Amino acid sequence: MTAPGAGLLKGLGVTLKHMLKPAATQQYPHVRPDLAPRTRGVIALMTENCTVCMLCARECPDWCIYIDSHKETVPAAKEGGRARTRNMLDRFAIDFSLCMYCGICVEVCPFDALHWSPEFEYAEYRIGNLLHEMPRLREWADTVPPPPALDEGADLPKEVADALDKATAAIEAADQAKAAAEVEAAKPAATPAAAAAAAAAADGGAPRAKRAADIDIEVAVEIDQETYDQLIAEGKSERMARSKAKAAFVRKKKAEMLAAEGGGEAAPADAAALADPAAPAEAEAAAPAAPAAEAAAVEPARPRLADVELEGEVQIDQATYDRLIAEGTSERVARSKAKAAWVKAEKQKMIDEGGAE
Amino acid sequence: MNSELISLGESLADFDNFGLSVLVKVLAILAVFFVVPLVVGYMEHKAMAHQQSRLGPMEAGPHGTLQLVADGIKFAQKEDIIPTAADKWVFAMAPGVALVPGILVFAVIPFGPGLWAIDLELGLFYALAIGSFSTLGVLMGGWASANKFSLIGGIRAAAQLIAYELPLILAAAAVVVQAGTMNLAGIVGAQATFMIEGTSINVWYVFPQALGFAIFFIAAMAELARPPFDMPIADSELVFGYMTEYSGIKFAMFLLTEYGGMVSMSALISVLYLGGWQIAPGVALPGCAGAGLFDCGALGVVMGLGVMLGKIMFLSFLMVWARVTYPRLREDQLQKMSWLVLIPLSLVNLAIVAVGKVVL
Repeated sequence: MTAPGAGLLKGLGVTLKHMLKPAATQQYPHVRPDLAPRTRGVIALMTENCTVCMLCARECPDWCIYIDSHKETVPAAKEGGRARTRNMLDRFAIDFSLCMYCGICVEVCPFDALHWSPEFEYAEYRIGNLLHEMPRLREWADTVPPPPALDEGADLPKEVADALDKATAAIEAADQAKAAAEVEAAKPAATPAAAAAAAAAADGGAPRAKRAADIDIEVAVEIDQETYDQLIAEGKSERMARSKAKAAFVRKKKAEMLAAEGGGEAAPADAAALADPAAPAEAEAAAPAAPAAEAAAVEPARPRLADVELEGEVQIDQATYDRLIAEGTSERVARSKAKAAWVKAEKQKMIDEGGAE
Repeated sequence: MNSELISLGESLADFDNFGLSVLVKVLAILAVFFVVPLVVGYMEHKAMAHQQSRLGPMEAGPHGTLQLVADGIKFAQKEDIIPTAADKWVFAMAPGVALVPGILVFAVIPFGPGLWAIDLELGLFYALAIGSFSTLGVLMGGWASANKFSLIGGIRAAAQLIAYELPLILAAAAVVVQAGTMNLAGIVGAQATFMIEGTSINVWYVFPQALGFAIFFIAAMAELARPPFDMPIADSELVFGYMTEYSGIKFAMFLLTEYGGMVSMSALISVLYLGGWQIAPGVALPGCAGAGLFDCGALGVVMGLGVMLGKIMFLSFLMVWARVTYPRLREDQLQKMSWLVLIPLSLVNLAIVAVGKVVL
């Protein structure tokens, strides 16, 4: 039981106590606010990471993200590979007058292109000026704090782990090679020259790596201009013409290599597969191409074929057709050549039969 | 003019030249009326802010000291809106009717030895009577606005005036009984010579009449319609009560009336209960002859003025403190508090003082 009016005095005490304590006000423009490092001030865009997948724009409850893009063809990364189309970001804008800072776009971004930045001073006098475009969003990306450190004992990120593995393996290989070379050198050398060679090899895997690089350069994709021009003239799309011209280039290269190795007939398929493991089928198809072409060149020289007349419907020589299609010849050309091959074969058959009679 | 409404004490501004004397007095009163309420208003801003863990105005002038000057300029620039349905003449006159009595009260208030415009024999009567006039302006404004919120606000103000004028006057009557005069300077003098019975210890009237002081203080806050007694404004119920339709300089005049009223009421309380410009009970002002209240030199006059202004600020602070602490009363609670509590208590207070005056 308290005395009447005690509550009134208690109330006066509360206000008096607060008056004597320092105010909670922060004099903002004069004193910077003490914000948490990951304050969700504004949404920043790491432009380089954006693949225009549109997930953010679709998930946005306010529909305040505007994205424009176009497609570009990127040459195949590997010899004989297919050219890829890629989305190129033209415009990425966030209307912060609509944004409700739910952060769903940041959560949903699969490529870490959107981040929360602690910047918050982007007030505008006109509401339209709150529509911020890519350059501004990219500037804010530089203010994003680095990601938090991993827990102790956590697995390394996949990319980092792979790179580390590769580097470790290279070092180990180099060490082994060196050790082996030393062992060789320790044995009584047959000739000083051999010892010198072994020592040179022991000096490191560098020469080997260099050779590998050479192979890479050899393999680097070029376009067979002749084929390309031909295909373009035939009305093929640029993309298809490019890829087929590349394949043609690869075939030519392989043929050259084979010729240099002695022109073995059995080896080419394997060699081609080695040179371009991504397109073994093409390589196999290409291997018999040269002898077939030779045969085709030789056969018309026989005069007897023209004498033979063929009746009935002309058919297609399926083997020739498939080969030509695989070579990248247009369907029209392949079809006509295959027909010619069939006619030729039929006539030959008739001649052979006739000869036999 | 009533034959008893005559001037007694000599004012410092009483010169041989009557015109010059009046001019000086008018200018002095206007200066006090337009400066002291601004200081009180600034104090209110700051005290309220800190009691609410804020800083209050900080940008206009050092620590926001010029905030109210800036506000005044702002009010002067604002559009003066008169509602189409309003009774234009009454609407336009209402702020003046409220403001002028607030200025006139200052004529009799003694701010120090000789620092008064006129020392009326019926000074207290004059102050309370003129002070009540302000409510007429409020009622006029509420009626003329042609707005239901304004009208309810004005009616509430009238009801509040009637309810709280009684305890205010009854409490003041007890002081008059004890002092034996209605002259304000005379009441100050009477307190300087008032001794506790049987001793030679000087006390102010706040000690024998603590009850009267409390009643007068509460009634004064209600008269001024200050929170927690701001039902005529009651912004959560009546938009802004009788001030709803007012804008610009007229609104500023109503505000100035409120703060001027705070100053004049605080001055009256310090004269009636806190010994006026006396520093402490039984302590003479430096440089003053005799009892240390009148017949002072320049230093004594300045000291007296400072003491009086200090007391005014303190009492205004108490009003602000109550404003921040307590929520607004309901209208029926307000009426009950006056008729069922304050008026009976003030009658009891008056009876005790009268009996004591006769017996002792």
